[in-house]
Amino acid sequence: MSGANDPYDPKQVAALSAEALESAVREATAAFAAAADLEALAAVRPAHLGDRAPVLLARRELGALPPAARSDAGKRVNAARTAVTEAYAARLAELEAERDARVLAEERVDVTLPWDRAPRGARHPITTVMERIADVFVGMGYEVADGPELEAEWLNFDGLNFGPDHPARWLSDTFFVAPEDSHLVLRTHTSPVQARTMLARRPPIYIVAPGRTYRTDELDATHTPVFHQVEGLAVDRGLTMAHLRGTLDHFARALFGADARTRWRPHFFPFTEPSAEFDVWFAEHRDGPQWVEWGGCGMVDPRVLVACGVDPEEYTGFAFGMGIERTLQFRSGVGDMRDIVEGDVRFTLPFGVQQ
Amino acid sequence: MRVPVSWLREYVDIPAGTTVEELDAAFVRLGLTVEEVHRPPVTTGPLVIGRVLEIEELTGFKKPIRYTQVDVGEPAPRGIVCGARNFAAGDLVPVALPGAVLPGGFAIAARSTYDHVSDGMICSARELGIGEDHSGILVLGAGEEGPAPGSPAGGLLGLDDVVLDLEVTPDRGYAMSMRGIARDLAGALGVDFADPAALSPPAWSGEPAWEVSVADPARCDRFAMIAVEGLDPAAPSPWWLRRRLAQSGIRSISLAVDVTNYVMLELGQPMHAFDRDRLTGPITVRLARPGERLTTLDGVDRALTGDDLLITDDSGPIGLAGVMGGASTEIGGGTSAVLLEAAHWEPTGISRAVRRHKLPSEAAKRFERGTDPDVPVVALARAAALLAEHGGARVAGRPVDADERGPRPVIDLDAGLPGRIAGVAYPPAQVVEVLRAIGATVAEDGDRLQVTPPSWRGDLTEPADLVEEVVRYLGYDQIPSVLPTAPAGAGLTDRQRRRRSIGRALADAGYVEAPSYPFLGTAVLDALGLPEDDERRTLITLRNPLSEEAPAMRTTLVPGLLATLARNLGRGLRDVAVFEHGAVFPGGLRGPAPVPDVDRRPDDATLAELLSAVPDQPWHVGVALAGNREPRGWWGPGRPAGWADAVQAARLVADTAGVQLTVRAAERAPWHPGRCAELLVGDRVVGYAGELHPRACAALELPARTCVMELDVDALPPAPVPTGPVVSTFPPVHMDAALLVPAGEPEARVRAALAAGAGPLLEELRLFDVYTGPPVPEGRKSLAYAFTFRAPDRTLTGEEARAAFEAAVAAAGQASGAVLRG
Repeated sequence: MSGANDPYDPKQVAALSAEALESAVREATAAFAAAADLEALAAVRPAHLGDRAPVLLARRELGALPPAARSDAGKRVNAARTAVTEAYAARLAELEAERDARVLAEERVDVTLPWDRAPRGARHPITTVMERIADVFVGMGYEVADGPELEAEWLNFDGLNFGPDHPARWLSDTFFVAPEDSHLVLRTHTSPVQARTMLARRPPIYIVAPGRTYRTDELDATHTPVFHQVEGLAVDRGLTMAHLRGTLDHFARALFGADARTRWRPHFFPFTEPSAEFDVWFAEHRDGPQWVEWGGCGMVDPRVLVACGVDPEEYTGFAFGMGIERTLQFRSGVGDMRDIVEGDVRFTLPFGVQQ
Repeated sequence: MRVPVSWLREYVDIPAGTTVEELDAAFVRLGLTVEEVHRPPVTTGPLVIGRVLEIEELTGFKKPIRYTQVDVGEPAPRGIVCGARNFAAGDLVPVALPGAVLPGGFAIAARSTYDHVSDGMICSARELGIGEDHSGILVLGAGEEGPAPGSPAGGLLGLDDVVLDLEVTPDRGYAMSMRGIARDLAGALGVDFADPAALSPPAWSGEPAWEVSVADPARCDRFAMIAVEGLDPAAPSPWWLRRRLAQSGIRSISLAVDVTNYVMLELGQPMHAFDRDRLTGPITVRLARPGERLTTLDGVDRALTGDDLLITDDSGPIGLAGVMGGASTEIGGGTSAVLLEAAHWEPTGISRAVRRHKLPSEAAKRFERGTDPDVPVVALARAAALLAEHGGARVAGRPVDADERGPRPVIDLDAGLPGRIAGVAYPPAQVVEVLRAIGATVAEDGDRLQVTPPSWRGDLTEPADLVEEVVRYLGYDQIPSVLPTAPAGAGLTDRQRRRRSIGRALADAGYVEAPSYPFLGTAVLDALGLPEDDERRTLITLRNPLSEEAPAMRTTLVPGLLATLARNLGRGLRDVAVFEHGAVFPGGLRGPAPVPDVDRRPDDATLAELLSAVPDQPWHVGVALAGNREPRGWWGPGRPAGWADAVQAARLVADTAGVQLTVRAAERAPWHPGRCAELLVGDRVVGYAGELHPRACAALELPARTCVMELDVDALPPAPVPTGPVVSTFPPVHMDAALLVPAGEPEARVRAALAAGAGPLLEELRLFDVYTGPPVPEGRKSLAYAFTFRAPDRTLTGEEARAAFEAAVAAAGQASGAVLRG
């Protein structure tokens, strides 16, 4: 072997011969191929690609050649080096692939195992149905209003045109707060929110009021003394029953799909005149498609407008309301009211967080 | 109100071929919702009219038996055995011939019985499925009149008659009669209506039937009476009348009672029948005097109040006006002289009396809704005529009629108003036409209409009432669907968004929402161990609670949560985590709420008083847990729910609300005194969380170590708008330290001191271990923290981080006596 400072002797530069280089490449390729694993490959690498490997040493000899011979020899050395490097890389890739295949196979798990360590929760469907309804009206530009459950008798009854002897004011229908002269009740409907809103500000008013309400019914499969309603109220110039119908139709479609329809039946409520009950055509009813009684509606009685400080000559209004339990019962096919009120987590869990 | 279609047909020219479904739809459009359709049970095969020709009494059997010869329109009569005895030769009766099948699958065949062949059956009302009467067979008539023997009996008996049960809303008194319903239906169908009240009473003469005076015309503006004598007390009500009463759900009692009920159904005018011979002296209608009592027809002795309107004679009260008669003047099996009363009462007074005495009745139902003040005398005439026809009675003297009615109100209506309210362009002429069709008198002055509602429509007092009549009559289905444009909205308020977020966060964290009834009683507060002076014992109570055990409004969510927990555990569940949020009702009323007049807006002072009389009802949130918080699984054992979960639920709520919560130890019922966290925002206590007191667990039969949290959401301040932090991209320095502190030292204080001491370079401080026991000395505990330091503007040097770390430890040493563990 010769270093750069060795005296020039072409005969000694055997390392640059084609034979020597070919041999070095051959030996390197064979050694790499013989390495059975990455460890063995790493062990033989220095001998063929290390600083003192033949192809690298050969490179140092180039300076000893006359310039005319240098170019040829340089090409040979480079080719040989590239060949060894490529042989190494190829074997390395091969061995890595083998190792990966083996190790990843060993790491295989049963991905079907459950991982329900974090317990599931749910919101009550009464809550989520109320939110859904409120959202439909928020989308129409309404505000969501709320009011107290324990309410002044005047706001629950008198201000809404319930006369002093109206049967709804009987102890058999309404929860009264003691003492009698407190004139407080548990609100029997969400309608006091109408009165509160009209008393608090001027039209135009477009509100929807979901909330909890009370009547003295015993709990059974179809009744509960504590229940929920959503109330809507619009007071503006020129509102008509046609606007009420348009609102309810839109609402029904938003909740029950594009084919939903409503049907009105004349009815009586103290706080609206004219009044109607409305049904919705519910195609998915568990007993087959049918009209389902849904809620009550009407034009705000001028007497209510007067009591709440709205001039009935200038403004008209419409109002509507429906029971949330009832809506939930037919929308989700709940047969027994007790399931809705008893708080059994098995009832609520399937409704999830957002329903 | 039950309406037999055959009866309707007497007054309404219902087009042939009109189906029950079409009638149903017409009534629904009118606002008379059909709640139920009753169809009589089906009879098939030959059911004919028969005339009894001969009766042979058979003897020698256990009970008397008759063998009859009955003409059923065939060349020869048929022999029929019959066990009933309420008929005579010549009577017309329904006969089921062999081949007929009666309701219930009862097949009729010729058969041998009591030594004779019975070639058919004479039927009772019950056997035909048209009544409950089985005391005898159905006698349809006697004598030569009536249908020919052999003619089909089905139509005559009304076996094909459908009864519609209509829901009548409280404003429509007129619809509590066949007369009113028929008028509405005729209008809806566009056919003729024959008014059954359009009678001309005969010209009576003679002495007044009785001496009558009305002391309170405001409560009774018309009071009429007619006397009949010579009534055969044993005369039966005719079959058709009993049949109609049965179809209407009213039991037949006697001719006199049946007739008053029948006229009530027909004309809507309830009546009362007095036994004239049991009256003493003139009748006065007046309010009750102090201490007066009345034994009513139901045998109950009732104390009266000054608001009770009475019918009285010299003996004192003999009837509670419009509600129930008195026992002392009741007609009975021997009554032949009857004084009938028909009056018009002020409706709300009747309502109050019904409520006070708990005496609902068919009569009161009509008086409460309002009856037709024009009709009492007509009704008396109608009743007298029926009693004459079927009971041999004759009118004695001349009816009395104390009539103090004022003029009927006239409503000023703009003819365009119905259209403006409905959103439909009704021509004024159509509006007038409808108002006349419902019986109103209309004077036109251009578009101004002077409308006098008919006497039977006391509910029509305002233009809005007339608007409803017009829109209803022309059909709600004519109203178009137009979406109004509300002003642009701003979406939910922060408060509403916060409530929703809290619910979602808790559900996401594994809690199930379980709203409970917000009622409680003191027993549960005792079980929870609340001290006598606890503010949660100041309750708002109800005058009429559902249950005497829970007569008050909740002041805390805890009882409801624990009841829900117990119910779930009682149903076999083991790991339960529930939450509830809603209003609580702290006690302490602020004085009575005013009840101002409704003819105008309450003035500002009254309104303020009204609103402030309603107590605050803060919105609380709470959780309760039992069993495992994390279930056991293939990963290992479960983790039991503990006090820390309850505290963490509170932290979650505060985080969700965007509010900084601090926690410190406290003692408060119903929590375990050593495992109760007080939750604060700033200096304000907003709730408590931790483990339930063992005694409370025992008292409420809950598992040991049940955990609860309750927090006042309304006490949380509004969340500030978050400021975007500067995110440093320079590398952090991580350091760990274990500190020895006194065992009783709250970790929160140590952590706070560390953070304060470390200064602004501290990015994160995390407690990763708490240890007691050797080699940690007795009375000390080891807290291990991981610090992350980072500077916003440069790469932190080791010296800088070290300095901050040492400052932190020094601060903790000062605050909590912490020393670095060697």
